[in-house]
Amino acid sequence: MSTASARTPKLGVQAATKVYQTASGDLLALDRCSLDVQPNEIVSIVGPSGCGKTTLLWSMSGLHRLTGGAILLDGKEITGPRPEIGIVFQEANLLPWRNLDANINFPFEIKGEKPDRAWIAHLLNRVGLDGFGGKFPRELSGGMQQRAAIVRALALKPSVLLMDEPFGALDSFTREEMNRLVEEIWLDTKTTIVFITHSIEEAIFLSDRVVVLTTRPGRVAKVYEVPFPRPRSLEIMATKEVFDLTNKIKMDIVGERVRPIAPERRSAEIVRIRP
Amino acid sequence: MSGGDAIPEFSKAKSADGQDVSLTNLSAFASGPGIKSGAEVAAILAVAVVIIGGIELALRIFHVPQYIMPPPSSIAYALFDEFPLIAPHLGYTLVELVSGFAIGAVVGLVMAAVITQFPFAEKIVAPYILILVTTPMLALVPLLILRFGFGYAPRIIAVALAAGPMVMINAATGFRRVDSAKIALARSYGASTLQIFWKIRAPMALPMILVGLMIGAIFGLLTAVGAEMVGGGFGLGNRLTSYSSMIQMPQFFAVVLILSTLGILIYVLFFLIGKKWASWET
Repeated sequence: MSTASARTPKLGVQAATKVYQTASGDLLALDRCSLDVQPNEIVSIVGPSGCGKTTLLWSMSGLHRLTGGAILLDGKEITGPRPEIGIVFQEANLLPWRNLDANINFPFEIKGEKPDRAWIAHLLNRVGLDGFGGKFPRELSGGMQQRAAIVRALALKPSVLLMDEPFGALDSFTREEMNRLVEEIWLDTKTTIVFITHSIEEAIFLSDRVVVLTTRPGRVAKVYEVPFPRPRSLEIMATKEVFDLTNKIKMDIVGERVRPIAPERRSAEIVRIRP
Repeated sequence: MSGGDAIPEFSKAKSADGQDVSLTNLSAFASGPGIKSGAEVAAILAVAVVIIGGIELALRIFHVPQYIMPPPSSIAYALFDEFPLIAPHLGYTLVELVSGFAIGAVVGLVMAAVITQFPFAEKIVAPYILILVTTPMLALVPLLILRFGFGYAPRIIAVALAAGPMVMINAATGFRRVDSAKIALARSYGASTLQIFWKIRAPMALPMILVGLMIGAIFGLLTAVGAEMVGGGFGLGNRLTSYSSMIQMPQFFAVVLILSTLGILIYVLFFLIGKKWASWET
């Protein structure tokens, strides 16, 4: 039984296909996209804008239904929202009329359960939000809001955490801090994480594997293993391996779309840049 | 497996937040009587003293007769002297205002909550709501009096008709402010439609609901007083017609003063409620 479950991926994406019906006709967002996420793994999904990353994540969360294919959680098809799956949305998505405590209690209210006070206190302490429970979202910085959103997502002890470009709106220092925090939380909980991002550096720093999607319709173009040991330090980001990997992924994403600048324009730009 | 659901796009939700069809907007709470410092209060009082004193002085210097414009001092004396006689009428007007407003507000709120759930029905109903909002319900009072007599009934109905559509149109604007990310959040925890309504849609609509209630209450006051002036032997509006027909101008202006105080109290009441419960908006 244990060997069988070890072979069952935590999340199995099987030929996921999604068509949106828009005013200007059908839009194929995902085209037979397949991918396995192993238990306790951190997988990042990167790709050009509009490649269907968010669509894929929303389908994993059960909030969107696929047009074709299936997504399995522990081998069972996801047909709607599941309590084992926590989501961290873009831009925190806290409810502005509730203070932090009430925001974190929100999932319990919906489920009609008693909040697990000790666990929430542990999480708040872990993300450095002790004593901020009475504050309203508008009183907190973007980074603090996103930390609260992470606590809310982990409050129900999900076995999978889906993160949809959670730090896209943050400045780069705050973003690095948040990346370290995500790793710390992972070391603490070993929650399986699927992380959508625009930032290749962020993807490499956090992930065991980086999945590159193609331009729309989204399919898996490449999967890169990121073999660095944990906990990772920001110093590894300055190594040649990371640099090469970053470039490789960058070329996968934008390679064919980047045109060399014409020679005369290039020199003109260099002249302009000189002080 | 239909692909009918929308592409997740949060920028859209934000642009939908912009106030579009409302008669007013939330700046009513942001830029209301935000009296900040003692100096400002002193300045406001000083202006009042200068204006009232100036009027008093000018009226006395130019010997303006009382039936044209009584000086502020006689209005103040009339208010003090006549108040026991006016007070019951204030009570009648308040009964009409509160009961008419309560009926109108409840109906308006429920209709707004229901109609915004059905975008197609909302489109069909919208022009009729606009007619209800723009028609002065005072115009119906003579008809209502013919049908319901000179008691409370026609006035309460008129107040409800005036307040209801105002509450509805603003509350509908509030309920239309859908934030797909917040609804997705609730749905991700398996929230029911009812839970989404009470925990997401209603709180998001609350600031606009309060704006609607405030405007509705003030329109209700106008309509109540107007209806009292049309017919029936009681209420502050009736006092206005009665005092002016007897050329008791200080008493007349005392009633006007009570009415403007009432209007200000309504405004302050909703301003404070908004500050307490809807200040997260600003």
